[in-house]
Amino acid sequence: MAILEMNHIRKAFGDLEVIRDISLKVDKGEVLSIIGPSGSGKSTMLRCATMLETIDSGEIRYLGERVAWAEPGGEKVYPKGDKLRQVCSCFGLVFQNFNLFPHYSVLKNITDPMVHNQKRPKSEAVQEAMDLLARMGLEDKAGSYPCQLSGGQSQRVAIARALALNPKILFFDEPTSALDPELTGEVLKVIRSLADLHIAMVIVTHEMNFAKGISDHVIFMDRGVVEVEGTPEEVFEADHERMQSFLGRLEH
Amino acid sequence: MSFQVIMTQLLSGLGRSIEIFLLTLLFSLPLGLLVAFGRMSRNRVVRGLVWVYISIMRGTPLMLQLLAVYFGPFYIAGMKLGSMWRFTAIIIAFSVNYAAYFAEIYRSGIESMPPGQYEAARILGYSKTSTFFRIIFPQVVKRILPSVTNEVITLVKDTSLAFSLAYAEMFTIAKQIAAKETSFMPFLAAALFYYIFNAIVAFGMERIEKAMDYYT
Ligand SMILES: Nc1ncnc2c1ncn2[C@@H]1O[C@H](COP(=O)(O)OP(=O)(O)O)[C@@H](O)[C@H]1O
Ligand SMILES: [Mg+2]
Repeated sequence: MAILEMNHIRKAFGDLEVIRDISLKVDKGEVLSIIGPSGSGKSTMLRCATMLETIDSGEIRYLGERVAWAEPGGEKVYPKGDKLRQVCSCFGLVFQNFNLFPHYSVLKNITDPMVHNQKRPKSEAVQEAMDLLARMGLEDKAGSYPCQLSGGQSQRVAIARALALNPKILFFDEPTSALDPELTGEVLKVIRSLADLHIAMVIVTHEMNFAKGISDHVIFMDRGVVEVEGTPEEVFEADHERMQSFLGRLEH
Repeated sequence: MSFQVIMTQLLSGLGRSIEIFLLTLLFSLPLGLLVAFGRMSRNRVVRGLVWVYISIMRGTPLMLQLLAVYFGPFYIAGMKLGSMWRFTAIIIAFSVNYAAYFAEIYRSGIESMPPGQYEAARILGYSKTSTFFRIIFPQVVKRILPSVTNEVITLVKDTSLAFSLAYAEMFTIAKQIAAKETSFMPFLAAALFYYIFNAIVAFGMERIEKAMDYYT
């Protein structure tokens, strides 16, 4: 059973069609990378998957269950309240600009959702958060505030915060694009280590070598359409003009 | 009248000024938040009505509003309200007026919050209410504190407007003594008290701002 299935998704902002009939599927433990030029709709696709945007047509399934869809008449059916939170609990999202809570310490950023939303005992939450921070190489930052962290450290905290809620699937929207080049390595290393946990991941990235190495499946998107997809070998070798020129641009 | 008697009377007036000050803050700060929600409501009627209320509160003199609240029930409904009404009317007028100013401050603070904070909270499973009170509001408080301090300091001075209802707060008393003694001294003393009152308030607000300096 697929963890996530998105079928025939369309999304427009006003007259601008950003996603035009895209379908994708992510199985348990699978890593999917989405690549493509900026403005091609990659973030919008992730925002639709995480229900930060509503789709205009198509359906979204988590663990086989249809959780959001648009009726043929155009009516959008979305979960609300407790149901929405139950659906949200199966995924996590790591943002390009982290979106840590600046008024909470690093530790509380991680434990507060566990304790307040998942109703887990505080001591257990703190223990698990400390373990996660150790895995991120940040055990000495538990008491720091986000404003005291580097970009790479912030992003690792954001990843720990998402992992702490035991999602079935994690979405990353250009997790290293806001970082200085010398800091991308530490974040990519952490993401690579998650693949060993067999947690499904969907990663939007411009780091092609990283995508090649980590992905089971790659999608090249352009102008709201999936132009090329397949295994990393198939996609990066594909004889597709726009993709090859996109890859060429990235190298310079 | 001896210096000491004058001071004692002024100080009892100061006590009443402080009472107005504290009660107004107690009511107008939460009320202002409610008004801010109304101002940002998705319902156009609510939004419109709240806009009218805010613009009247900010567009007319507080002294007139005091008179309107105090005499309104009598002139409109013929109601005769007891001796406590004077004080109650003062607190109502001040609270309702300051709530309008605070509402605009809250609103600008809430609207300045980056959408990413709401989005992260939502994905992490916070309900709408928790998102607001745990994630958004504490950050809003820090952002708006300087504007709130301005209003709070204005309020200290505005308490003297209660003299228009002949309520025996500090300014009213200073005026009475000054008239009786044909002396300017009571005004100077009152000015000094207001100044000290404000200095303490400003100091307190600064401490609160400092306490929130642990993050940016
Ligand atoms: N909320 C929005 N309102 C209007 N247009 C949007 C909105 N979000 C994204 N867009 C537009 O949709 C297109 C795709 O954006 P995006 O999904 O962010 O692309 P990518 O992540 O691939 O760079 C862009 O042209 C962008 O300007
Ligand atoms: Mg993007």
